[in-house]
Amino acid sequence: MGSHMSRTRSVYWQGIRAGAPFLLVVAPFGLLFGVVATEAGFSLIQAMAMSILVIAGAAQFASVQLLVDGAPVFIAVLTGLAVNLRMMMYSASLMPHIGKALIWQKVLMAYFMVDQSYGVSIEKYERAPEMPLNEKVTYFFGVISAIAPFWYGFSFIGALLGSAIPPEYALDFAIPITFIAIIAPSLRSLPHLAAAVVSVLVALALSWMPYNLWLMVAAVLAMITGAQVEKWLETRK
Amino acid sequence: MSNLDIWLTIIFLGIGTFLLRFSFIGIVGDRKLPEWMTRHLRYVPVAVMPGLIAPLTVWPQATGGDVDPARLIAAATALLIGSIFRSVLGAIFGGMTTLYLMLYLLG
Repeated sequence: MGSHMSRTRSVYWQGIRAGAPFLLVVAPFGLLFGVVATEAGFSLIQAMAMSILVIAGAAQFASVQLLVDGAPVFIAVLTGLAVNLRMMMYSASLMPHIGKALIWQKVLMAYFMVDQSYGVSIEKYERAPEMPLNEKVTYFFGVISAIAPFWYGFSFIGALLGSAIPPEYALDFAIPITFIAIIAPSLRSLPHLAAAVVSVLVALALSWMPYNLWLMVAAVLAMITGAQVEKWLETRK
Repeated sequence: MSNLDIWLTIIFLGIGTFLLRFSFIGIVGDRKLPEWMTRHLRYVPVAVMPGLIAPLTVWPQATGGDVDPARLIAAATALLIGSIFRSVLGAIFGGMTTLYLMLYLLG
């Protein structure tokens, strides 16, 4: 039992160490979200509620932007969910590794499933598939322990700062810049580039449509474009 | 954007996002996503995010919808830094710095 405990503890620390570098990404994002949300008219409590209940930066930025644009609630929610659809892929790919964990563990892991905790954990699981179930679960919680507190904490600091920042700082442009920054590294892949170009062109061409419907049309066409270009590249090999 | 709109968005986005995360590990169980579906899901972020910000970049609200060279140059800088150096934070920092510089120079 003693050695079992210390082994669990060491796996937990391994997770923390693997997650720690992502602090550098999560802290500034959290800060920026807090600032942007309060600038958009969210109260401190609303900004924190969103960071705690949703914990998904890009989706939060997307929904806030749409509310600022005057979009109806269901469009703001649907767009945020569309940005988060990748979580379903994460869930499917984690399932063979942690599907047999206890239900409360799976509920917590689902809540804490973010790009970084997923990416770091799946990489470990695939390298060491023989790892026992309890260690896989422990490792995941280690990774997120190094990330989630900073997401909450920096969202809070950002929200406190946000209302003090004057409009000269042009923070209206923080969301566009942030989204460009998130997407840009993937644009070296042809299918991603094609999808992004279609998304931009269709959005600009249809921006006269009401209820932000242009965004839905642009997203669907761009998604199909990405998938088709990927398929085309595969058959060409 | 009313207070109620904000709360409803937070609550529904929170619940929906949790269900997406819980879907396979909690509900669907030992089944795989069909290949055509993962192939499409892979492109969702890059299909949604550029479209969402394209009109804001070309016709920013801060300038009343007029094309703003400072914002376009800042966006291009972020795009270049992000795709060349694959650095998200570098792109945000470079983009915002360029924006302030351009607003100062052109403003």
